[in-house]
Amino acid sequence: MALVLNEEQQSLRDIAKEFLQKNAPISHFREIRDTKDPLGYDKVLWKKMAELGWAGILVSEEYGGFNFGMMGMGGILEETGKTLTPSPLFATGLLGVSLIELAGDEKQKKQLLPKIVEGNLTTAFALEEGSRHAPCNIATKAKKEGNSFVLNGEKTFVLDGHSAEKIIVAARTNGGNDQKLGITLFCIDSGTPGMEITRLSMLDSRNVAEIKLKNVNISSDCLLGELDNGFSIIEEVLDRAQIGMSAEMLGNATQAFEITLNYLKERKQFGSLIGSFQALKHRAAIMYSELELTKSSVVGALNAVDEKSNDRTRFASLAKFKAGETLHLVSNESVQMHGGVGVTDEYDIGFFMKRSRVAQQIFGSADYHIDRYATLSEY
Amino acid sequence: MSDLQAFREETRDWLELNCPSEMRKPGDVAWGGRNAEFSHPDQKIWLERMGEKGWTCPTWPSVYGGGGLSKEENKVLQEELNSMNARMPLASFGIWMLGPALLEFATEEQKFEHLPSIVKGEFWWCQGYSEPGSGSDLASLSTKAVKDDDSYIINGQKVWTSYADKADKIFCLVRTGPQEPKHNGISFILIDMDQPGVTTKPITLISGKSPFCETFFDDAKAPAKDLVGGLNKGWTVAKRLLEHERTMISSFGLGSRGEVGDKKSGLVELSKKYIGLDSEDKLDDASLRSKIARHDLNSRAFGLTMQRIGEETKIGAPSAASSMGKYYGSEHNKLRYELMLESMGTKGIGWEGDSFSIEEIAITRDWLRTKANSIEGGTSEVQLNVISKRVLGLPD
Ligand SMILES: Cc1cc2nc3c(=O)[nH]c(=O)nc-3n(C[C@H](O)[C@H](O)[C@H](O)COP(=O)(O)OP(=O)(O)OC[C@H]3O[C@@H](n4cnc5c(N)ncnc54)[C@H](O)[C@@H]3O)c2cc1C
Ligand SMILES: Cc1cc2nc3c(=O)[nH]c(=O)nc-3n(C[C@H](O)[C@H](O)[C@H](O)COP(=O)(O)OP(=O)(O)OC[C@H]3O[C@@H](n4cnc5c(N)ncnc54)[C@H](O)[C@@H]3O)c2cc1C
Repeated sequence: MALVLNEEQQSLRDIAKEFLQKNAPISHFREIRDTKDPLGYDKVLWKKMAELGWAGILVSEEYGGFNFGMMGMGGILEETGKTLTPSPLFATGLLGVSLIELAGDEKQKKQLLPKIVEGNLTTAFALEEGSRHAPCNIATKAKKEGNSFVLNGEKTFVLDGHSAEKIIVAARTNGGNDQKLGITLFCIDSGTPGMEITRLSMLDSRNVAEIKLKNVNISSDCLLGELDNGFSIIEEVLDRAQIGMSAEMLGNATQAFEITLNYLKERKQFGSLIGSFQALKHRAAIMYSELELTKSSVVGALNAVDEKSNDRTRFASLAKFKAGETLHLVSNESVQMHGGVGVTDEYDIGFFMKRSRVAQQIFGSADYHIDRYATLSEY
Repeated sequence: MSDLQAFREETRDWLELNCPSEMRKPGDVAWGGRNAEFSHPDQKIWLERMGEKGWTCPTWPSVYGGGGLSKEENKVLQEELNSMNARMPLASFGIWMLGPALLEFATEEQKFEHLPSIVKGEFWWCQGYSEPGSGSDLASLSTKAVKDDDSYIINGQKVWTSYADKADKIFCLVRTGPQEPKHNGISFILIDMDQPGVTTKPITLISGKSPFCETFFDDAKAPAKDLVGGLNKGWTVAKRLLEHERTMISSFGLGSRGEVGDKKSGLVELSKKYIGLDSEDKLDDASLRSKIARHDLNSRAFGLTMQRIGEETKIGAPSAASSMGKYYGSEHNKLRYELMLESMGTKGIGWEGDSFSIEEIAITRDWLRTKANSIEGGTSEVQLNVISKRVLGLPD
């Protein structure tokens, strides 16, 4: 397994870095937050990102995509993590694309994927129902009635839920709560009657929604993948999602660390640069070590997807565990090392701590993944 | 078939033919030396065959007796050795630390004199760096070497010299420039232990008997030609050698044979044995299970990191990253033993006697031994200093 980027992956990442630093630095995020932008991201910017090919990174060439794999996607997500850039990249480019590619039939793929690649269609994945990640804990019901399905239930923590045009819903068509069998995916227009989408205001000012489904009547064309057998697709997509989110979190942590390191080199107290105090130096060195370990875990996991490793799921847990713990540590320490200014809104450093807590919840906290890893390793 | 594939097959055939069956299972490793002791005759055969082929030092140039393998070929060799569960043919500070430093800093003459014998394990080398007054602050060392004709006369004391009582030779840091600022007055010299001027005294560790010694030099002699890296230029050699030492110690963090994550780590097996599984096949102690899984995950992350650093530093020379490996690896290894002890309950706190198995006592004593991992070869605090200064560029 290669743990260093190849030339193509490196250049993709370099372009992403340059583009984001120029077009969507942290000040861009701050502006979206302060203006309470109704969409929560900049549409023009998203168009430009799509022009760079980012929306189609995971899409096969036959549907107009670039088939660059998770190594390509991870590099870009990491860069967006450094700049805290809000965009549909994760919810659409990773989640939506993966769900459609893996579950969709030919017609659906032909219809949806090219639009996504062009930046003309956004998606969201409505999975969670409780306050902690529990992928098969699905009570939302889809009942077959003739040629249609009727959906009832409540979804929460739907990333980009209020801005997406298509909502991919995981619903129960069979079996009891907590069972893997009997879960089915549906791809529904967000304007469908009976769907009540409420934007939630989260700590990190990013887009998350709550969706209530009341007698939502949809045609069976909306079925994405096999009836009752959606969970294996969900599992595969979740692995990718966890790994992709870890890449973004690695970017968050790397940047927070970088900012803090610079601060340590310029802030003077007691007549010395605070970076000369060993109490801070050692903690910085520990953070560096943890970041190195996180980087390897994330790259290893991205690679595991592209190489179709049969250990992909454990790699996903490794990445999300390590990214979660490291970002937690680094974001806390970064604020502390900034002293009083670290807790002011004017300084960017607090953004990383806020984002950290949200990102940690997305598709499983470190503890969730510790448990999953142990179970997968049979102990 | 690629060259590498062909190499793999040749290697496999050769190992199949030459690795004695006794060496294909875990057990102690030979240290070589003038008075080499072998716990089994096969150990000797294995060392001779591997030494002859240069595969005790696979990547060293063949002119100096090494295997002359590329990095990729060496990887194949290690994989093949692992897959047959083969034991290391030789453990040696000569291989891990002195040799790499000689390759970089010694004269041709010195290389031809010392490297081939290291490959074959003819001498047991030990390391004379630390002194009672100079541990972390190594550059303050005071053991003196004074030139007398074509020899140096050495006086002073070293401490913590691992295996000094068994070693044939010692690579030593000595002060040759007493007037110079401290880093600039140090030389690196090779001294034969088998002479009246060198004596050793054992140190008992908290884990029981130990291979550590104090080493005394009273008018000991070393030929002037055995000064490596130039007069008063020993600090450069010393620092590089320490990087090699850290890299070696880092690998302890990976557990035995460096295998982590892929196969169940010894820790998991051990805890299954002592704690057992509950009705859902989970370790029957939720809190400990979570600690063990966390440790397991970190082992894997660490293993991947060492691999990545290896891939990134194409030349294979250790760098400041070795401090990260040393720091993390030794802290991680200590934690592994803490968890083993915790898993074993009262079986993990015996000292001697029939109520405890040999393995149990060994683990308990190894646990005590790991406490030195974050001290030997530079303490964790010192590694963090190195990282913050050399990697992160934080000010003094
Ligand atoms: C919410 C809030 C309320 C406050 N209320 C008041 C108030 O009512 N009145 C008032 O006068 N002040 C107040 N303060 C100011 C407060 O006392 C300072 O913020 C605090 O003393 C730290 O100073 P600083 O922010 O300049 O950080 P700095 O001194 O710049 O510290 C930056 C970082 O360096 C570390 N550091 C600094 N020196 C050393 C050292 N020698 N060794 C190791 N590490 C070091 C710090 O621990 C910190 O992590 C308040 C601050 C806050 C955040
Ligand atoms: C089992 C074992 C085997 C060894 N083998 C060898 C060998 O073969 N050859 C050899 O030459 N040496 C050997 N050593 C010696 C080893 O290199 C030293 O013990 C080590 O460098 C620490 O030095 P010290 O023991 O004098 O501790 P000290 O330097 O006295 O340190 C005491 C404490 O102070 C801390 N400290 C010191 N300086 C700083 C600083 N600047 N900032 C923050 N904290 C600091 C240390 O981290 C430590 O916690 C061995 C040691 C052990 C324990």
